[in-house]
Amino acid sequence: MTQQAKGWDRNRMAARAAEELEDGMYVNLGIGIPTLVANYVGDKDITLQSENGMLGMGPFPLEGEEDADLINAGKQTITELRRTSYFDSATSFGMIRGGKIAAAILGAMEVAENGDLANWMIPGKLVKGMGGAMDLVAGVGRVIVVMDHTNKHGDSKLLKACTLPLTGKGVVDRIITNLGVLDVVEGGLRIVECADGISEDDLRTATDATIV
Amino acid sequence: MKKVYGSASEALEGVLQDGMLIAAGGFGLCGIPELLLQAIKDAGTKDLTFASNNAGVDDFGIGILLQTKQVRKMISSYVGENAEFMRQYLSGELELEFNPQGTLAERMRAGGCGIPGFYTKTGVGTVIAEGKEHKEFPTGPDGAPETYIMETGLFADLSIVKAWKADETGNLVFRKTARNFNPPAAMCGRVCVAEVEEIVPLGSLDPDTIHLPGIYVNRLIQGAHEKRIEQRTTRAA
Repeated sequence: MTQQAKGWDRNRMAARAAEELEDGMYVNLGIGIPTLVANYVGDKDITLQSENGMLGMGPFPLEGEEDADLINAGKQTITELRRTSYFDSATSFGMIRGGKIAAAILGAMEVAENGDLANWMIPGKLVKGMGGAMDLVAGVGRVIVVMDHTNKHGDSKLLKACTLPLTGKGVVDRIITNLGVLDVVEGGLRIVECADGISEDDLRTATDATIV
Repeated sequence: MKKVYGSASEALEGVLQDGMLIAAGGFGLCGIPELLLQAIKDAGTKDLTFASNNAGVDDFGIGILLQTKQVRKMISSYVGENAEFMRQYLSGELELEFNPQGTLAERMRAGGCGIPGFYTKTGVGTVIAEGKEHKEFPTGPDGAPETYIMETGLFADLSIVKAWKADETGNLVFRKTARNFNPPAAMCGRVCVAEVEEIVPLGSLDPDTIHLPGIYVNRLIQGAHEKRIEQRTTRAA
């Protein structure tokens, strides 16, 4: 029995995150695995926001059709859809801060059992900036984190308390990892679902945060 | 009053000063005032503070002013794409103030609207909130109190922005996501200089589709833009 049969890969995590989205939602997807979520929304009517000033983000352009005036928040060339609208950065973050965006799906370095999120800086390492992450987690309706359960040293990224500087305090609602799905609830994290081949005991063993 | 100038250098004549605060539009390399940045480099103005979401790349955008050490301080949300920036920052030559992206945009908008401060939830409980006024408002479910921090409006000495089209009165139209920080940046400056791809005859812009009214624009130039792409990404046909 090989180890790779256990748990979810990046695409399965993205597919699981897509299940969180409901018809009619306006959603902001972060960089990395969250970007893959767009591939799994199926028939659901989802409008993607790009915080540099666009609702209704389309796929990457065909070669030769790139437009320097049309990029996403990761600075990649993209396309528009029939429903697309454009606006300035103040309006963009107005709709984020104003709670109009139903959900943000983001990556993270650490999540604490009280919903604290750290995903923007590691002291002593190159600091690039928080971009729009602090505004998003403070403003959107629901914050869903998609990340590996452990770091490259095998340590849990779901902690009793974050060790890194925070992006937001008590902001995370749900965490989707390669090992399962957990919710932030009173007193700690609650297991919602285990990934393929993962037991609740496996999840508890791999998790440093309190599981209630 | 004549707003149209012959070149970026002419449009900046008399408005540049060492040590000034300049608000610049653009997101990444998209919609940046590339001609005005080049003219500021040529003018040699020093000790500049830039309020700009990003700092360009090494050889384009604000990056060209970092190479000539004309920038003393950046107010930005993300500066990851610029090696020279990182070198100067780590060696202490360059000061850096991180603002969350939405806070930076709102600071510009507020300054342009005569609002010296506003409260936001963004950054509460993080390093961004340190030393700032905290205040509770009954905005939670059933009027439950929620904590906010005060951020200040940004009042710049000069705004430099890039638009797609303008008429000679400075009414501006932007194109796609190149709008980004340009309108709020334009609003918050005592003087605003705009560069556009095309100045069209008066009356040819539909008044209902003007994104930024000419009241915010003092000087205007037209020119050819490189419009560099930072991350060219495509899908298979």
